[in-house]
Amino acid sequence: MKLMITAKGDNLNSTIDERYGRAEYFIIYDTDSDDFEAIRNPFLNDQGGVGVSTAKFTIEKGVNAIISGSYGPNAMDVLKVSNIELYKAVPGTVKENIELFKEGKLQKF
Amino acid sequence: MKIAVTSGKGGTGKTTISLLLAYAADNPQYIDCDAEEPNGHLFLKPKIEKRIPYTELVPKINEDICTFCGKCADACAYKALVVMGEPLKKVMFFDELCHSCGACAYVCPVENALVEVKKQVGEIAIGKAGHIDFVMGQLNIGEASATQLIASLKRDYMDKSKTVILDSPPGTSCTVVETIDGVDFVVLVTEPTPFGLSDLKLSVELVRDMGLPFGIIVNKHEDEKHLIEDYAEEENIEILYRLPFSKEFAEMYSKGNLPFEKYKNDFALVLKKIRERL
Repeated sequence: MKLMITAKGDNLNSTIDERYGRAEYFIIYDTDSDDFEAIRNPFLNDQGGVGVSTAKFTIEKGVNAIISGSYGPNAMDVLKVSNIELYKAVPGTVKENIELFKEGKLQKF
Repeated sequence: MKIAVTSGKGGTGKTTISLLLAYAADNPQYIDCDAEEPNGHLFLKPKIEKRIPYTELVPKINEDICTFCGKCADACAYKALVVMGEPLKKVMFFDELCHSCGACAYVCPVENALVEVKKQVGEIAIGKAGHIDFVMGQLNIGEASATQLIASLKRDYMDKSKTVILDSPPGTSCTVVETIDGVDFVVLVTEPTPFGLSDLKLSVELVRDMGLPFGIIVNKHEDEKHLIEDYAEEENIEILYRLPFSKEFAEMYSKGNLPFEKYKNDFALVLKKIRERL
């Protein structure tokens, strides 16, 4: 399964970025192989519509679930349609959140 | 003659100055362009003769014939459309992001899959208050941008044969640029406070960038506070008028009145000064 975690940096020890649309990095993590890819948010400097762009990007990446702190209303609308599961990140690192997710301890939005 | 009255900071007295100018003019037309929260009518108390719905075009998608090619979303500079192909087959439209530019309808290759429909986003009121012709734009609560509405006020309702006073929104963003674009003169209203000065500097940068002639009116002026005077002298900007701070004025204002007659001669002189500059 493919996870997207919003992070302040480009690796698994990076801190979670609370914001979904305006997160610094997106970590795309494969729970089967434990491989990951870090992508710098390409929409960070956009003036508007960042939530919509990020949600569209997430869908195109074929992600099954997202772990982030908060989702804007537009992003939420798009993600709802897409059937992607949304999880509430806890303060800490990307790694810690992935572990909690695997243990089924993260709350759904 | 078209004069725009604006300010970097809100609450400095744009409407007060606009109305005192309009009252002092021969054959004036006052246009309230601060469409997100117009307030000129509270003081002028005009007799409204007509209320015209203001509409903008937004896309409407027929998902039954849409091929979900995504061209509309790619063309949208404001990210107002999201196209989801197989298996979701859905197009989502975010109207608060839409700028009604029509690019989506222009690029859609399937006839009638995306059509433009009218959406009412505000209202334009026209009336008269004594010798002043009154026009007001009002954006509906929750709408995102008044820029197109202001463009319509200037294009469709401005009477160029009159002395037009455009009461602008505050700041230096799109709505202000739209209001002051193409006017003969810009009056920058400010107050002698650090905030007033800081935001005045932003306004000066904007009008200089747009190449418009301008001058300053200091509202709530007090002789011992000369930070605006110092700045204006340094930058070689004319101070057209100093409206003194007074409690009586504030009391009148709070009741929806302005001392129109008292300041008529002073503001007729301001208009004369502006005319001489052109």
